[in-house]
Amino acid sequence: MADLPPTTDEPIIRLEDVSLFYSSFRAVRNISYPFRTNAITALIGPSGCGKSTLLRSINRMNDLVPGAYAEGRMLYHGEDLYGPGVDAVEVRRRIGMVFQKPNPFPKSIFDNVAFGPRVNGVKGDMADIVEASLRRASLWDDVKDKLKQSGMALSGGQQQRLCIARAIATEPEIILMDEPCSALDPRSTLLIEELMLELKQRYTIIIVTHNMQQAARASDETVFLTMGDDRAGYMVEAGVTSELFTNPKSQLTEDYVSGRFG
Amino acid sequence: MSIETPTVASGAVHRSLKRTGPHWPSLIFQGLLAFSLLFTLLALLFLLVDVLNRGLPVFTERGMDFLTSPLSSDPTKAGVSQALWGTFWIGVITAVVAFPLGVATAIYLEEYAAGSRLTRIVDVNIRNLAGVPSIVYGLLGLAVFVGVFKALNIGNGRNVIAGGVTVAVLVLPIVIITAAEALRAVPIAIREAGYGVGASRWQVTRQLVLPAAFPGILTGIVLSLSRALGEAAPLILAGAVLGSYSSGGADLVGQLVGPYTALPIVVYRWTTLPQEEFRQLAAAGMIVLLVITFIANGLAIYLRNKYSRSW
Repeated sequence: MADLPPTTDEPIIRLEDVSLFYSSFRAVRNISYPFRTNAITALIGPSGCGKSTLLRSINRMNDLVPGAYAEGRMLYHGEDLYGPGVDAVEVRRRIGMVFQKPNPFPKSIFDNVAFGPRVNGVKGDMADIVEASLRRASLWDDVKDKLKQSGMALSGGQQQRLCIARAIATEPEIILMDEPCSALDPRSTLLIEELMLELKQRYTIIIVTHNMQQAARASDETVFLTMGDDRAGYMVEAGVTSELFTNPKSQLTEDYVSGRFG
Repeated sequence: MSIETPTVASGAVHRSLKRTGPHWPSLIFQGLLAFSLLFTLLALLFLLVDVLNRGLPVFTERGMDFLTSPLSSDPTKAGVSQALWGTFWIGVITAVVAFPLGVATAIYLEEYAAGSRLTRIVDVNIRNLAGVPSIVYGLLGLAVFVGVFKALNIGNGRNVIAGGVTVAVLVLPIVIITAAEALRAVPIAIREAGYGVGASRWQVTRQLVLPAAFPGILTGIVLSLSRALGEAAPLILAGAVLGSYSSGGADLVGQLVGPYTALPIVVYRWTTLPQEEFRQLAAAGMIVLLVITFIANGLAIYLRNKYSRSW
């Protein structure tokens, strides 16, 4: 695993005054934040605060929701992801996603991982790509003898690691994770967290989580959102995780991270 | 600290858990449901026994001759060979016309245009079309499809292609609705997973959604096919021959553009004739139709089980 991408101070994603809408409803308002390269950034906040909406807007997954649109600028290496002529399909190839519920395709383990490279027209030895992706997702030893079996026959935790392998296989720079552990038992959750710490060597990870301990344990930076009186989510506070958890500037943040509301 | 076990008078618990007597509303409801089932089964059984009773002697007396003979005014010679060919061609034309059109329409409505106001209007109208009486489609067939062949000077326009296309249009709404429902049943998570690794809409539809929806689409197709093969009313209007006729020739062209008939039409025709022998022939024709329908439905169940997946 040579040639790590250089860690620089240039944020990989820079949100500039981003507001997100579902038709006339504003779900998220005026968020500006630089997401650091090769870091794990957690998005936390109470239900309905728009953290999933924000996450899904970063790889333009929200385009699939009729009536959804974005305002402001979402810069990826300085290029606006919502700029004219930007192809959402290309965006999603570079910014992969892992979902709340493990959602392997009803295909074999091998085909699950190979799907992304294949649809993206990647040439080369597919077996190598699959093996490397499964190794990076710490799943290779579990499945190397049953690559032809259905991905849906795996346990929940293994399915989620398969989904991570599938996301890695297209060589994205960023992996978005939408509460990836909420359907998993504590042991599988811990495995995924350990995996995230390994993955951040190569990838930038943005994760939505409801689990305060998870955010505190696994993330480098935390963005805390809450819902305003207009039901739109807004950013209360953001920064280095340890700082935000131990020394929050806002009373709202303190109440939330200490479990007093949310 | 030890936890004390609460002591309850065991007699009270026993009494409160005991059944106090039969629960009449549930018993009555269950009885009504069972009666409904029985009624349906009995009606079907009666029909089946009656048809078999009358029709089977035809097969025991004449064997395959009934299937290979043409129509005739002599009941001892009359057979369903022309009707079988007509029904065969109607099935083929329905498959060629209705299935690609119907499935493609469903894909467009569900995967490409889902959620728009126009889609909802179209959707409601397709559902209404599925409920339009089949005789109305017969009028359409006569006015449009027979008319086209007539204008092109191909015979008198009353051929099995016009009839087949009429029936294809008749089952098109059913194909669209069942295919659309099968597509809708594919979890959104599968689509999201596909888009999430950078697949295009076409790749997601072709490689993920269609294979997952395939069993449901297939079931709908086969069921519409058996509906198509059983239709008589629209074909009578769209030019199927009611009486007996001599085929325009055994070659393909003669079959496709010459006069034609179909099994349900022949059955209908025979039941209207005065001789008792023709009633028996009609029953025998129904048996042939039933066997074809059972085979089609059995195939649908087999294919659905073979390709079905769980999420």
